Amino acid sequence: MNLTLNIWRQKDGRSAGQFETYQMNDINEHMSFLEMLDVLNDKLESEGKEPVAFEHDCREGICGSCGVMINGAPHGHLPRTTTCQLHMREFKSGDNITIEPFRAGAFPVLRDLVVDRSALDRIVQAGGYVSARTGSAPDANSVPIEKDLADRAFEAAACIGCGACVASCPNAASMLFTGAKITHLGLLPQGQPERYIRVDKMVAQMDKEDFGHCSNYGECTVACPKGISLDVIAQMNRDLLVSQLRGRSTEG
Amino acid sequence: MTIQLKSGAPEGPVETAWARHKFSMKIVNPANKRKYTVIVVGTGLAGAACAATLGELGYNVLNFCFQDSARRAHSIAAQGGINGAKNYQNDGDSIYRLFYDTVKGGDFRARERNVYRLAETSVNIIDQATAQGVPFAREYGGLLDNRSFGGAQVSRTFYARGQTGQQLLIGAYQAHAKMVAAGNITMYARHEMLDVVIKDGDARGIIARDLVTGELKRFVADAVVLATGGYGNVFYLSTNAMGCNVTAAWRAHRKGALFANPCYTQIHPTCIPVSGDYQSKLTLMSESLRNDGRVWVPKHKKDCFDPATGKVGRHPNEIPEEDRDYYLERRYPSFGNLVPRDIASRAAKQVCDEGRGVSYNGRGVYLDFSDAIRRLGKAAVEARYGNLFEMYQRISGTDPYVEPMRIYPAIHYTMGGLWVDYNLMSNVPGLFVLGEANFSDHGANRLGASALMQGLADGYFVAPPCIGGYLAEVKPRPKSTDWPEFAEAEAAAKARIDRLLNVKGKRSVDSFARELGLLMWDKCGMGRTEEGLTEALRRIPEIREEFWKNVSVPGSNTGVNQSLEKAGRVADFLEFAELMCLDALERRESCGGHFREEYQTPDGEAARDDENFQHVSAWEFTGLGQRPVLHKEPLTFDYVHPSQRSYK
Repeated sequence: MNLTLNIWRQKDGRSAGQFETYQMNDINEHMSFLEMLDVLNDKLESEGKEPVAFEHDCREGICGSCGVMINGAPHGHLPRTTTCQLHMREFKSGDNITIEPFRAGAFPVLRDLVVDRSALDRIVQAGGYVSARTGSAPDANSVPIEKDLADRAFEAAACIGCGACVASCPNAASMLFTGAKITHLGLLPQGQPERYIRVDKMVAQMDKEDFGHCSNYGECTVACPKGISLDVIAQMNRDLLVSQLRGRSTEG
Repeated sequence: MTIQLKSGAPEGPVETAWARHKFSMKIVNPANKRKYTVIVVGTGLAGAACAATLGELGYNVLNFCFQDSARRAHSIAAQGGINGAKNYQNDGDSIYRLFYDTVKGGDFRARERNVYRLAETSVNIIDQATAQGVPFAREYGGLLDNRSFGGAQVSRTFYARGQTGQQLLIGAYQAHAKMVAAGNITMYARHEMLDVVIKDGDARGIIARDLVTGELKRFVADAVVLATGGYGNVFYLSTNAMGCNVTAAWRAHRKGALFANPCYTQIHPTCIPVSGDYQSKLTLMSESLRNDGRVWVPKHKKDCFDPATGKVGRHPNEIPEEDRDYYLERRYPSFGNLVPRDIASRAAKQVCDEGRGVSYNGRGVYLDFSDAIRRLGKAAVEARYGNLFEMYQRISGTDPYVEPMRIYPAIHYTMGGLWVDYNLMSNVPGLFVLGEANFSDHGANRLGASALMQGLADGYFVAPPCIGGYLAEVKPRPKSTDWPEFAEAEAAAKARIDRLLNVKGKRSVDSFARELGLLMWDKCGMGRTEEGLTEALRRIPEIREEFWKNVSVPGSNTGVNQSLEKAGRVADFLEFAELMCLDALERRESCGGHFREEYQTPDGEAARDDENFQHVSAWEFTGLGQRPVLHKEPLTFDYVHPSQRSYK
């Protein structure tokens, strides 16, 4: 198939960027989207031109490295799919494809399609963990957990931290990401002792970063390659409310 | 130099060896821990667990990864599970049985005492991960569930659907995040280690390149830990992530660390077959699928791939039972589809070599779930493997609920790595090597669900006391990045980068990676011969020479330059590949994943030569293009006596 790619090129965070157009011919429909970009980069490199920088690693939808806007949608329009799992059979010959970086104030562009998502790490560092010093754990079966609860915690824990939820949100909020972690740990008995300190600290960190607020557009759950449900945001808000009623402070 | 390879493993009963060893090591007083700095390179299971644990203990940790976040390391992609000798299933499991299975599974080429310690520690890992909130699969009674994996006749594998690696890594990453916030770990993401700095014989620092600015930076410490993964990408097409590389290990090797058993590579039997020349990586389908999937090829060539027409005969669903060859069940009735990986892979190669393969280019076999779906129902199969089936369908475009998967072996893991003693320290004092990057626990073949176990055992439980023991011995020492050793290492790294940028040739970096990978797969892959390896040893220097004459690395050393990152890694693979082939050539026997076609039993199994090769081959670098020096560490087996592995 033949395609026209409009790709965002930007030298670094200080420079202005612009779209450049590349004509791609004879693309095999079994290729993945990133393999199609490999073909372009291979050509650019052998001509001594700088290839398009994009982030990727595992190429099987689990590491969360990849993620670009494809025709305006994070990871493209196919539901529950990361960019690396998208295949060219989803496109038609003659298509124009616009490829941009994830855009959000909290995700500054580093080069071309590569953005800095370290704000998400800082949210986890603020409290997204269960304190369990190495060597101090009781026997794993000493606390039975209802299967349904464990399954729901797992659903929330499936988040890969790619940032598609932020990129899809008109407010560039990271509520789905943060809510997923709060829900995962907050549902499990192991997560109870720090449950309310956790929500206070993580929400406070989210506010410190350049993320927006949630106004219930619901775009995030549609864009999420792992199908994380909006329920996690409701869970986060409930926990935050309980915490505030209890009079905890973010200084915790 | 003369190197005496001593494992330092304690004598006496294996059951108490680790406890006695831990007690014999010195410990650092809590108030003194902050006086020590430890560099940890890598944030996979081994690196993140080690950094988090050292941080909790109060050491000052500097942690590095080339990815944008510590959470992205390739451990995240492990699917199937993690072994733990809990015997929660009451099916006869024990620490001793896991030890036995691992030594046997490794084809008697691992160090017994290391393996026992691994099995012993496995139970603590399950407790640790559960306490962190890792959502392992559970039964309706609320207790943890298990599944079976290859090479074992008990169910000891803990899992979190097909995302066990992800969940365990996120558990370690969260423990790590807590220590970053506490200030005990300073995290350097998007930093790639380019060299290790050695002063007065000890590892004292690294040179790392900031992948955003291009700046070369110096970091000094009291000890350096490499948890930098395996070298499977020397084959270009592998199940490894695109960024996995040998650079950290190879640079340490060039600085004196011995490289052990580089020819031990694991070919995973169940991957999605190659579908075209453009392909960038291969995708694994978890071994857990062999719990319920049955492997077969057609009995008759008319139903297989025909090279003359490029077509495959009858659709698998139209081939009746009597025309199918369930070759694993036929050849290995007691383990059936759950034979270890090396055996399942070789058996697939053999049937395809006979011309009975299916799929694109005839390199594929069927993995069929129709019996399981009939027996258990589609919903039960979906609950067990849903995400794997979805992944398969997405990549292949066919529905495994309706027709068999097509699979073929691919490079997945490397058992070889830097030589380490019982303390996980290389022959360079102060240089520790953890997880897949070291060589010690899996011998010539790793059993499924044991990589996660080893990474976490090393990181949480083994390395921290051993590193503490070393630091207590050496005492706090002055630290300075102004030492001439730093200036030299930095100048060498810079010269290499300049050289890469100045070739200004006509070929892309990937074109060289592909060329090398194809050669390695062909000559040093599933079947190896003296002739093929000799040919590879002739070709590799030629490719390397062409690389340095004709590679095109556009851009500069400032700012993000992904071509430059890749080029540095490929340049190291082009040096490392030679050592791997030499090791494969010199090991004139077959064992585990190392199959020399000249050395096989009449029924096509690996024929070991214990008299001449019951040792670890540890290679010393003597200069590029120079023959490395071989040092041997003899292996002794006091408990699990070598025999021909039988899974029949």
